[in-house]
Amino acid sequence: MNPRLAKALVNGLLLGGAVVALFPLLWMLSVSFMAPGEAGALPPPLLPAHPGWANYRELFLRAGMGRYLLNSVLVSGAITALSLVFNLMAGYAFAKLRFAGRERLFRALLGALMIPTQVAMLPLFLLLKYAGLVNSYAGVVMPGMAAVFGIFLVRQYARGIPDELLEAARIDGAGEWRIFVRIVLPLLKPIIATLAIFSFLAAWNDFMWPLIVLTGQEHYTLPIGLASLAREHAQDSELMMAGSVVTVLPVLLLFLSLQRYYLQGLLLGSVKG
Amino acid sequence: MNPPRAAWLFLAPALLVLGVFFLLPVLGALVLSLTDYDLYALADLHNLRFVALGNYWELLHRPLFWSALGHTVYFVAVGVPLSMGASLGAAMLLNSPLARCKPLFRTALFAPVVTTVVAVAVIWRYLFNTRYGMANYVLGLVGVHPVDWLGDPHWAMPTIILFAVWKNFGYNMVIFLAGLQAIPPELYEAARIDGASAWRQFRHITLPMLKPTLLMVGILTVSGYFQLFAEPYVMTEGGPLQSTVSVLYLMYDEGFKWWNLGSASAVAFLLFVIMFAVTALMLKLSRHGEEP
Repeated sequence: MNPRLAKALVNGLLLGGAVVALFPLLWMLSVSFMAPGEAGALPPPLLPAHPGWANYRELFLRAGMGRYLLNSVLVSGAITALSLVFNLMAGYAFAKLRFAGRERLFRALLGALMIPTQVAMLPLFLLLKYAGLVNSYAGVVMPGMAAVFGIFLVRQYARGIPDELLEAARIDGAGEWRIFVRIVLPLLKPIIATLAIFSFLAAWNDFMWPLIVLTGQEHYTLPIGLASLAREHAQDSELMMAGSVVTVLPVLLLFLSLQRYYLQGLLLGSVKG
Repeated sequence: MNPPRAAWLFLAPALLVLGVFFLLPVLGALVLSLTDYDLYALADLHNLRFVALGNYWELLHRPLFWSALGHTVYFVAVGVPLSMGASLGAAMLLNSPLARCKPLFRTALFAPVVTTVVAVAVIWRYLFNTRYGMANYVLGLVGVHPVDWLGDPHWAMPTIILFAVWKNFGYNMVIFLAGLQAIPPELYEAARIDGASAWRQFRHITLPMLKPTLLMVGILTVSGYFQLFAEPYVMTEGGPLQSTVSVLYLMYDEGFKWWNLGSASAVAFLLFVIMFAVTALMLKLSRHGEEP
């Protein structure tokens, strides 16, 4: 094949792929600014005739979207903060603190990754029901406070910390907690950013567990609220697209601004060992 | 404080959370699946009875369980190769020395991965609307009759597969890209000097060098695809004619719509056993391939 043709082919295919990947998202944005019923015309319009905020106004003033947004921010923020602390502590202990049975315990945790989380959902629901935590923020947040994947990620990264550094601090009389906060955490900064964006995106996008444990609208997160709106307003495509924008835009923007950290975590997590 | 004690204190919060909210419930699910826990037991625990393997026995005789399993296997068997093929193709394009604006293309192709399933499933429902959806309009331009994408039992699952490929291929693409970049370029140079075609280079250099990555990605993707739930929940509600009811959809309905928590736990455990068996089989087959 002649080189210019090959170059055109490779870049043409990439461009085509990018269009396929982005078109639904751009179409969503465009339709969300259309007037009710406008997107149902033939041929399907690509751009709104008179762009306006009517759908967003309807969503926030009448459909309770503001509440869902607030719930999502609260729940995802709490899960991210708490799981960050717990995973960092555990991952560091697995990487750098010696204790009997360390490797065996860690391998057992990795083995638990084989079990699909949905297996735990039915008894977990009962547990929370008897504890009076069904339909509460705590019901969504508590099971997310630690994750094997997060512990694994921290351990992989923390293994690179030189032991001499920690030993020197111990000889100087520093306590273990002080060493963790003063020496280890600053060294773990890149993985903290990675873990934070991973946890936040996963919590934000989570669907099945919140759907099960949140039974009242006042606690719905965005995905649950959107799914319930989609069942009520199946015909209002413009309104639903605005709802999708509100749900997707925050995580897309977050990803775009912290892309480097996210992709690094994805690659670290995929190298088992 | 001596290090071992400190270690356990550092581990305690995470282990406590995992123990109480994951390990304990998993064991609970096993026990629950051996009982007839239902709406009556939910109201008063005295109504609870031990039924041994009764739930499993009943499930294996229920056509709905087999059809749900069939739909899930269909989704995995078609969706995983398509997904991985798209990922590998995209990764090879991005890895090509001829490609321009690589970071831009990579970000664009990856974007669907970080979106919320529910939100993008809602978008697809409109793009694949039979009457005024963009998909049928474009097909109509080239003379194809409108397809009832989500309303025809034969088309609903393929549409969901198409959606899943679009949503997920970027994830494995990034992993494959890293794998491709780790292949020493000298291998390709030597092959070119020997006059090997692009196909032969792919077949005899790229694929063997990527094999460990392919296996790992394959196993993770298969496990992920077995857990099909949100897509049919939002796009089809399991329909039409229950043609998109997956195993987890059945578990959800059984557990949280009909409150048969015992039987739903049995569904969850059967799914786990099947996933475990498939993973073990994949590992075994890959080892078998290494011997000759």
